[in-house]
Amino acid sequence: MLDLENLHVTRGNFTLQANLSLPAGSRAAVIGPSGSGKSTLLAMIAGFLHPDQGRVRWNGEDITNTAPGKRPVSVLFQDQNLFPHLSAAQNVGLGLRPDLRLNHAQKARVGQVLAHVGLEGMENRKPANLSGGQQSRVALARVLLRARPILLLDEPFAALGPALKVEMLRLLDQFTTENNTTVLMVTHDPDDARAFTPSTILIEHGAAHPPVPTEPLLDNPPPGLRAYLG
Amino acid sequence: MAAGIFAIRRDWGGGAVAAALAALILGTLAAVAWQARGLSGLGPWDWRAVWFTLWQAMLSASLSALLAIPVARALARRRFPGRALLVTLLGAPFILPVIVAIMGLISVFGRNGVLNDAFRAFGLPEITIYGWQGVILAHVFFNLPLSVRLILQGWQSIPSERFRLAASLDFAPADIARHLERPMLRAVLPGVWLAVFLVCLTSFAVALTLGGGPRATTVELAIYQAFRFDFDLGRAAMLGLIQIALCLAAMSLARWIAIPAAFGAGLDQPDQLTGPRGWRRITDTLAITLAAVFLLWPMLAVTMRGLPRIPALPADVWDAALRSVVMALISAALAITLSLVLALSVARSKSRLIEAAGMLPLVASPLVLGTGLFILLRGTLAPQSLALPVTIAINAIMALPFGLRALIPAARDLRADYGRLADSLDMQGLARLRLLTLPRLARPIGFAGGLAAALAMGDLGVITLFPSDQPTLPLKLYQLMNSYRMADASACAVLLMAISFALFWLFDRGGRLA
Repeated sequence: MLDLENLHVTRGNFTLQANLSLPAGSRAAVIGPSGSGKSTLLAMIAGFLHPDQGRVRWNGEDITNTAPGKRPVSVLFQDQNLFPHLSAAQNVGLGLRPDLRLNHAQKARVGQVLAHVGLEGMENRKPANLSGGQQSRVALARVLLRARPILLLDEPFAALGPALKVEMLRLLDQFTTENNTTVLMVTHDPDDARAFTPSTILIEHGAAHPPVPTEPLLDNPPPGLRAYLG
Repeated sequence: MAAGIFAIRRDWGGGAVAAALAALILGTLAAVAWQARGLSGLGPWDWRAVWFTLWQAMLSASLSALLAIPVARALARRRFPGRALLVTLLGAPFILPVIVAIMGLISVFGRNGVLNDAFRAFGLPEITIYGWQGVILAHVFFNLPLSVRLILQGWQSIPSERFRLAASLDFAPADIARHLERPMLRAVLPGVWLAVFLVCLTSFAVALTLGGGPRATTVELAIYQAFRFDFDLGRAAMLGLIQIALCLAAMSLARWIAIPAAFGAGLDQPDQLTGPRGWRRITDTLAITLAAVFLLWPMLAVTMRGLPRIPALPADVWDAALRSVVMALISAALAITLSLVLALSVARSKSRLIEAAGMLPLVASPLVLGTGLFILLRGTLAPQSLALPVTIAINAIMALPFGLRALIPAARDLRADYGRLADSLDMQGLARLRLLTLPRLARPIGFAGGLAAALAMGDLGVITLFPSDQPTLPLKLYQLMNSYRMADASACAVLLMAISFALFWLFDRGGRLA
């Protein structure tokens, strides 16, 4: 269970509060107008942004003051998911050991995961020599390898074509189901939410609302969301 | 954006280095002031020196920064054979030992120089390099290339994806200037101007050799004269305080002007730029050619004179050369470590105190620093045993601001682009240094190390304050000149120049290849 207890953050004119829970293994879309605080919500869960008030708990344990890398969290960002000076295998290997001192078994494991996402033989390529879809797969491979119980997706597939996006979501679906991963996905696309996330967190008027079932919400959206979805 | 608790725990390194720097620089100044037993008043001569210092530094900085823009733009958007060599050589006048550079300038612009020979042949009036115009000329000679390189780094910090995007949107050169180049220049130029301004504010050897007299005496030269000729430590300390006030005022001014560039990261794809065609190709060629001639000619003049004599140099010159190389390498290692700690710390925290501490050496004059250390330590240690370690330390410190100019923006970008990713992967400590910081910052680190090594190699400042029977190569050159062994001095100058350049090249090249 991921608990956001009375989280409150203010940065200049911007405020966001959140008081909600997500059961382990559930998936929620995070939907709201631009600038409403979708990425801010994820940043607080990931540990990049410290809330002014409130706690973040995972299975009852307070992780509010835990460093980002020590949290039970993996993040896929909108961009900059890979280090350009490291090869695909090294970028993935960071998920096992941040100092990259991998033993033989761990190296083999990196190769397997890369093969699993369809990048066999591309271990030594640098990101600049991979297509956008391949770069996303490398980042995804690292997420699979880390297998943290919480996965935050900050529009990582926004730049991908429809077919690639569907393919990525399929891989994610399979992996998160197998591992009972808790997923929060920021998205602008209602279809992604319908296909991938049974519940949705609506962010509006400075507050992240508790998750509600996606289909009824999107079928019959409240006025603010209706205006945003168009 | 990182939580305050994490930032504080990691930041002690930068804070400690900053505090030690401040203690050393302010402490030595205090020692000089204390030795003076109160501050003496200043006469009209001193105030004229203050005015000249400000005026020449403003003019030198403005000329260097403005002239550097077309050259940097031309180098950024043109590819031609010898470009890489030229970019490396642009580091040359800045790292060229001052005394060698002045010999070169005199051989071109001096009374018996090439220019005046030509003027005489055509019956034109002669020009003189001595006086304020010589000071400005030498300062632009030293600082134009530094400005070009710093602005060029700014240009290269614009990801090539942006230029590609601009090309695909059919931007005219004016549109590129408006959307890409001017924002970058607005971020980079104040820092460049300030760096040159401060160098000129504390420039000493140029004023000593080309200036002097009531119309071209800088505060720094006045301090030297107060020490050496009058031994009036009170006046020297007062002038030192005025100099620091001037520098601090300039720095606080620039803090308002400087706006950091907000360019995203590129994916290291090789440059495939093609500059605009038409008349801009001609102006770009002209800018590059003029800059190259202005910078290379004096160095060629010295080389022609001294090169044939190198095999005949006496053994003690070679001993001095080896000594200087070892000292320069230690200085560079020290400077790289300190500036990297400071730059990473500045990038992490929003506090400007640490950055200000890193820039303190610009405020300090090596002369005051060395004299202060001499006063503080003369009771406990023999001056002879102090000469080399103090020179190494002061040279490392004096190189810090220039390394930081290159390292801080790069460290900030690194943090903005990959800080979160590295944090989320728990990359910490040595692993982060080895896998992220060093590879991503290799270029500015190489540049900073090259500057530090070459500056230490060619420095003739602090070492002269300490009597020593173990001269560095620049001191040896100075001794040769003083004993009018001009042929040996020329050869020694070529050797010194060659070693300084070789050190810079090795570091800079290493950073580019890494």
